[in-house]
Amino acid sequence: MNTRTSANENVVGQMIAVFPNPPSIDLARTLDLAGYRWKAVSSADDAAKSEPVEGWAGAVVMCDEDPEGGWAICRSLRKNDNPVGHVLVLVNGAQLADLEMRDDLFDDFCLSPFHPRELESRLRHMFFTEIRGSRESLVEYSGLILNLETYQASFGGQPLDLTYMEYELLKFLAQNPGKVFSRETLLSRVWGYEYFGGARTVDVHIRRLRAKLGEEHANLIQTVRSVGYRFGQSKWSA
Amino acid sequence: MHDQQKDYVLRTVEERGIRLVRLWFTDVLGNLKSFAISPAEMENALNDGMSFDGSSIDGYSRVQESDVLALPDANTFEVLPWADAKGAEARVFCDIAKLDGTPFDGDPRQVLKRNLGLARDKGYSFYVAPDIEYFYLAPPDSSNTPVLLDEGGFFDLTSTDIPSSLRKETIRTLETMSIPVEYSFHEDAPSQHEIDLRHTDALTMADSVMTFRFVVKEIAALHNVHATFMPKPLENIQGSGMHLHLSLFNGEQNAFYDENDAYNLSPTAKCFMAGLLRHAAEITAVTNQTVNSYKRLVPGFEAPVHISWARNNRSGLIRVPIAKRNSDSATRIEYRSPDPACNPYLAFSVILAAGLRGIQEGYELPVEADANLFEMDNDVLEKMNIHQLPQSLNEALQVMENSSLVADALGDHIFEWFLRNKRAEWRTYKTHISQYELGRYLRSL
Repeated sequence: MNTRTSANENVVGQMIAVFPNPPSIDLARTLDLAGYRWKAVSSADDAAKSEPVEGWAGAVVMCDEDPEGGWAICRSLRKNDNPVGHVLVLVNGAQLADLEMRDDLFDDFCLSPFHPRELESRLRHMFFTEIRGSRESLVEYSGLILNLETYQASFGGQPLDLTYMEYELLKFLAQNPGKVFSRETLLSRVWGYEYFGGARTVDVHIRRLRAKLGEEHANLIQTVRSVGYRFGQSKWSA
Repeated sequence: MHDQQKDYVLRTVEERGIRLVRLWFTDVLGNLKSFAISPAEMENALNDGMSFDGSSIDGYSRVQESDVLALPDANTFEVLPWADAKGAEARVFCDIAKLDGTPFDGDPRQVLKRNLGLARDKGYSFYVAPDIEYFYLAPPDSSNTPVLLDEGGFFDLTSTDIPSSLRKETIRTLETMSIPVEYSFHEDAPSQHEIDLRHTDALTMADSVMTFRFVVKEIAALHNVHATFMPKPLENIQGSGMHLHLSLFNGEQNAFYDENDAYNLSPTAKCFMAGLLRHAAEITAVTNQTVNSYKRLVPGFEAPVHISWARNNRSGLIRVPIAKRNSDSATRIEYRSPDPACNPYLAFSVILAAGLRGIQEGYELPVEADANLFEMDNDVLEKMNIHQLPQSLNEALQVMENSSLVADALGDHIFEWFLRNKRAEWRTYKTHISQYELGRYLRSL
């Protein structure tokens, strides 16, 4: 495992996780020159094991060589007890489509091969916004409010009592309004890959959420025939 | 993942000002059991479980030691919708474990989980949707005579719609408790109602049936009405069943569906049905566990009497409903003998085991019996190789006793306890002198 130490005015003393292990020479050099402290990790497990006590300050994940492994790390960083706030992914031109529907897994991305100056600016900007504490802890959509810090949901000012998986599903949908998700996508993104109860579980939970939202608001979650589900209005409709 | 789930529960307890958390579990006979803990103990309960003395729970007793652990299943944590001025309560279903943390053999929920695990090893998830019937009656007096709501002037001064509004309130409550309702209606019989739940995986559904029976009774009691799931409360009126719509899913695919089959049934579905039919008699003591259950399974009341199947014949044991628009996910079979007084965890376990045995052994499905079997003589039926379901609890127990399938599905602990307990029930019943006998024989003999 590589560990480099240096100072950076934005993330003083804090450690950034870097994938893969070892990272490319260009990436290592860029991070070093910009003054970040970083530690290379080889897998999601490794990232969890070598996480510093104060948590990762952020992560730089190269998805071009091993996209499966890269996204698995992003996912586990976000599923963490203390979700890692600042994740930058590097993808090559052919992988741009992979970014679609993974908006919650990264905060910024950079095309690979990258220009060192661009990567450096993006990192600086990403950590700058962290310091200003702009992380959204409320998700709001036409009367529905989810407080991500307290896990509480309300609709029209009334508390909405949800089970854990109902809450996670609604959170995911409400964070991506107007987008259509297939059952498999929802299953893998909300339940995680360890779940193998079948995609019917998604239908069961959608029906439960609709029942709890009440008849008048059940159409907040729409069925898109032979595709999956969409929360709120389509982004294409007027 | 797991930690986040715990965190979710603990934060919700805090944020919603939960006063008590009720730990729910089920005894072997299918009665809902519960003890309450204070919110301060919840974290401890989630991490290590809560130990309690299981010897007072029907079917939990063991010779050596009686302490067991209740391990909350955080995903079933739910705020109860009837908060009072003192604050809200929540409930969570528990798995029961031995003190060393291994599953306790006497816990029906663990038994179902084990059976679902076996199905999952073969790539199947088991889905169930029950149609549950029950009666609303006047609160019974000491004679326990069932009085229908539309009889005896019980609602003379009020609208006869009270049962319907009770049902509506029940459905609203169920839906806020993560139990979506598919249909509900007033049944043919006076005061009888039916609520059909939307399908879920079998474990969720068994939990839902427990919650359902509790909610129906609670809401009725709030309005001074008695709701009963007794299979046959009134002699000349059809009893209450719990028809189960069953399907197996293989990932996203309905393993029961085949678009090229005339009935849209796959070979897997046919083998599953064949397994259910061949082992139906063995599992009947579990799906119909009371003396009274067998008074429902008589000809003339839309309850099955014979071990047969058909597409559109409500006298058969298995019905194959016609799915809407060839919809693959709606393809299912309907098993019609169970009643709502069964233990859903155990009933789903033995039904699944019978069906899986059919798939594993490649049983052949007998021919469809589409005639009205109620109108046919037993000799004719025997020639068609159509047998009757057990006619009494005693008969059902005799068949179950020799069933290695049921013994494997339930595990020795529950299998043996159940047989002991139910034989005792039968003995008590057998020695009882009924009103029927007194009326018929006292004067004439």
